[in-house]
Amino acid sequence: MPELSRRRALTAAAALAATAGATSVVASGAAADANAAPAQDPTGHDHGHASPAPFDEVYKGRRIQGRPVAGGGHQHHGGGYAVFVDGAELHVMRNADGTWISVVSHYDPVPTPRAAARAAVDELQGAELVPFPAN
Amino acid sequence: MTVRKNQATLTTDEKRRFVAALLELKRSGRYDEFVTTHNAFILGDTDNGERTGHRSPSFLPWHRRFLLEFERALQSVDASVTLPYWDWTADRSVRSSLWGPDFLGGNGRARDGRVGDGPFSAASGDWPINVRVDGRTFLRRSLGSAVRELPTRAEVDSVLAMATYDMAPWNSASEGFRNHLEGWRGVNLHNRVHVWVGGQMATGVSPNDPVFWLHHAFIDKLWAEWQRRHPGSGYVPAAGTPNVVDLNEPMKPWNDVTPADLLDHTAHYTFDTDA
Repeated sequence: MPELSRRRALTAAAALAATAGATSVVASGAAADANAAPAQDPTGHDHGHASPAPFDEVYKGRRIQGRPVAGGGHQHHGGGYAVFVDGAELHVMRNADGTWISVVSHYDPVPTPRAAARAAVDELQGAELVPFPAN
Repeated sequence: MTVRKNQATLTTDEKRRFVAALLELKRSGRYDEFVTTHNAFILGDTDNGERTGHRSPSFLPWHRRFLLEFERALQSVDASVTLPYWDWTADRSVRSSLWGPDFLGGNGRARDGRVGDGPFSAASGDWPINVRVDGRTFLRRSLGSAVRELPTRAEVDSVLAMATYDMAPWNSASEGFRNHLEGWRGVNLHNRVHVWVGGQMATGVSPNDPVFWLHHAFIDKLWAEWQRRHPGSGYVPAAGTPNVVDLNEPMKPWNDVTPADLLDHTAHYTFDTDA
């Protein structure tokens, strides 16, 4: 499926670009969640929450990344925040109370987008994520 | 007239026919269209934006219509088939006959969650997982691992006692019956059952597991029980609510049905307990 491969390649490229800008955060690792003193929602929408800080770590052998995203289009229901597992975007969503869910753990809110990314890695048991909007 | 029965009371023949109709919908491709629709709403329904299938007052009428569509599809294969319901307050064990090899098959194995027996196991060759969020194409379950206990009848009763159908802000932060039944608040009924089953049932593509329909048929029955307990309480909001389906507003994706059209289940089916 060439279309899927192209999408995956684009997603991976986007993830790499993000990484370049997030180098300082990589070093701080676990501190990022504690720091959640975050940027303004770059979409300009007021969802009643500021966007959480970016993160970038290797969890159980897989790279998980999260960052605020501009545009916040239709897909970014995290209120302008995107999460990636090995470069493939994981659909995440922020609940009204500030908790998070993802498409692979949709009925089980966790406190932060990093926790949603880790829950996804646990759930995937090594399987490759199908990048949305393919799913 | 369609009668929806407790799955625990089905005869061997009723189970066989239900399973055969599911397999035929799967074979023809119609089954996966339901999975796709559900995932689209799961991804699209947001607390601060448009919300229809989940985290909103229309969670209950939306799933009632969704199940009706699915039941009609089953009946187009075998007119004798109706949707059974799973009363998880009563049949709350991995050893329940629900999970028998003659019905839905059992738990997934520890290593990768793969369901190894029953008509929907990957080994049967009849149940490929096509609409998926990851690379795995086999049905998975991890019964009781992510959360130990299914809701109890006392917990269900505590939610049925709530007299208000739903409340502003009409989302996952709401008080009232709908959100406590859905599970974003309080003792957590519907959401917890998805988590208890695990595998695809815990994801946006949860209808990949046939138990989805039996779970939602019971949630739907609890709505009917709530109506019976609170005859003076109706669906809200009534009108003029942005992003939320009001009582007389059409619901996507059908656009030809409103919550008001779906309040009385007896227009479409009865339950074995209705008497």
